[in-house]
Amino acid sequence: MSDRVAIVGIAQSKFSARRPEVNYAEMGYEVIEQVLNNTGLEMQKDIDNSISCSHDIWDGQTISDIGITDVIGGHLRNEEKVAMDGTNMVLYGAIGILSGEFECSLLMAHTKMSQTNRNIVNNDAFDPIYTRILGFDYTSAAALQAKRYMYKYGITQEQCAKVVSKNLANARLNPSAHNMGEYSVGDVLSSPVVASPIHELEIAPDTDGAVAMILASEKKAKEITDNPVWILGFSNCYDAHYLGDRDLADYMSLQKAAQKAYNMAGIKNPRREIDVVELCDAFSYQELLWSEGLGLCGQGEGGRLLDSGATALKGKIPVNPSGGLLSGVPENVAGLNRAAEAYLQVKGEAGEHQVGNVRIAVAQGHSGFCGQHHCVLVLGKE
Amino acid sequence: MTKDKAYEPFEVDQRMVAHSNYWAGEMGSRFYITLRDKKKILGVRCTKCNKTFWPPRTTCVFCFSKLDELVEIGPYGTLETFTLVTYSEPVHPRKAPFVYGIVKLDGADTGMAHFIDEVDFNKVHIGMRVKPVFAKEKKGNILDIQYFKPI
Repeated sequence: MSDRVAIVGIAQSKFSARRPEVNYAEMGYEVIEQVLNNTGLEMQKDIDNSISCSHDIWDGQTISDIGITDVIGGHLRNEEKVAMDGTNMVLYGAIGILSGEFECSLLMAHTKMSQTNRNIVNNDAFDPIYTRILGFDYTSAAALQAKRYMYKYGITQEQCAKVVSKNLANARLNPSAHNMGEYSVGDVLSSPVVASPIHELEIAPDTDGAVAMILASEKKAKEITDNPVWILGFSNCYDAHYLGDRDLADYMSLQKAAQKAYNMAGIKNPRREIDVVELCDAFSYQELLWSEGLGLCGQGEGGRLLDSGATALKGKIPVNPSGGLLSGVPENVAGLNRAAEAYLQVKGEAGEHQVGNVRIAVAQGHSGFCGQHHCVLVLGKE
Repeated sequence: MTKDKAYEPFEVDQRMVAHSNYWAGEMGSRFYITLRDKKKILGVRCTKCNKTFWPPRTTCVFCFSKLDELVEIGPYGTLETFTLVTYSEPVHPRKAPFVYGIVKLDGADTGMAHFIDEVDFNKVHIGMRVKPVFAKEKKGNILDIQYFKPI
């Protein structure tokens, strides 16, 4: 039985708005081949568990891992799918290794958002008895959350827009990103209102892509690499489903997930001890709200934290130096991409968007509309 | 076949259509039949937690008690949040622009997501008092409340 689990390698697609030249299995294979090459591992010899992460309706098939079983090494072997955000796959994979059942697990998240209509897909996330028929999707639900959050804590449109300016500027330094540029707050706020108060530039764009990662037990990790990145803490937590069940400006489930992950990692003061955060900014305001939930600042202080410059690329606690989801990361892949970016930061291999020496990195993912379910991972060098 | 030879990507066109009938359960059935026949909105009360939930459900999320005390809530309520939606999708029952809101009905501790209408879009605000407009022709779904409008 392993006491610790390490990430020993990652590979990421160059994300694009559309990848018509590959189907989702071929797209997944690109990153699997790359991560095996990078680590020098062989599918048959070294990988004893394969896990994928995607979403049936996006893929167009129930139990949609059927479509990638072969490329992920699942043929006549064990293979499972996590139908939630990719951070959960890391948690699930880590637990499999900690249990002693597996030594070395391949994780791969994939989604091609270009294949269908995101609003119709996400409308299926709403309960069929009371809500779905009203036509909600993640954007209109997020708009209700954004409005409530801004109203309750005095968060401004400018502060939300500033998240976009920051992240799309960071994205210029990230070779995986496809949505980037120099946007002023005015540019963001003059893009069309999609669902008030959310503007077009404040929504993570449709993206195709995949991310692969290999997790290993302590013993196996030390055989593979001299400097593995350790998963020091992980936790997840659910909140209520119905839109009216909770105050959308609050983040109880994220707070609980973060607290448990920090406790496991021995983090007592997240503001001081965390060196970098990669979180799921599916919409601009979410970066501010999740920063609060992760304890980077107090309740209602997400806007002020951003204004202080602390979350900038060279700030005290950089948030989304990669450019985040706004830079173009597919749904379902988002969390594994957060974990992969956190891994690169700990390794010191993030290239131009490296934030400096990183001892502790945090990755956050959420599933469902308005951040119903959150998962938090703490990665570190030692 | 050479590996790097360019080819024309081919897309397979698909459409998934399913007409489904979901059983609303004990609470849901009582809620919908009361809404349809009496134009009344029901919630469920947890006497232990002193909370009233909409939609009515059989378990209290806080204390896990079995719930069975249905109580009338509303019809007046207060707007908790809202959004003006500017795009249209086939899954929308109405054409944009329209307003979605979450209404906390009087006597309930949780809100109901629904449409807000018969109001100048620029005048919608959090805290606005609203009441339901019931559909003339009942369909047996949540659109039997057509929308909420300012009192």
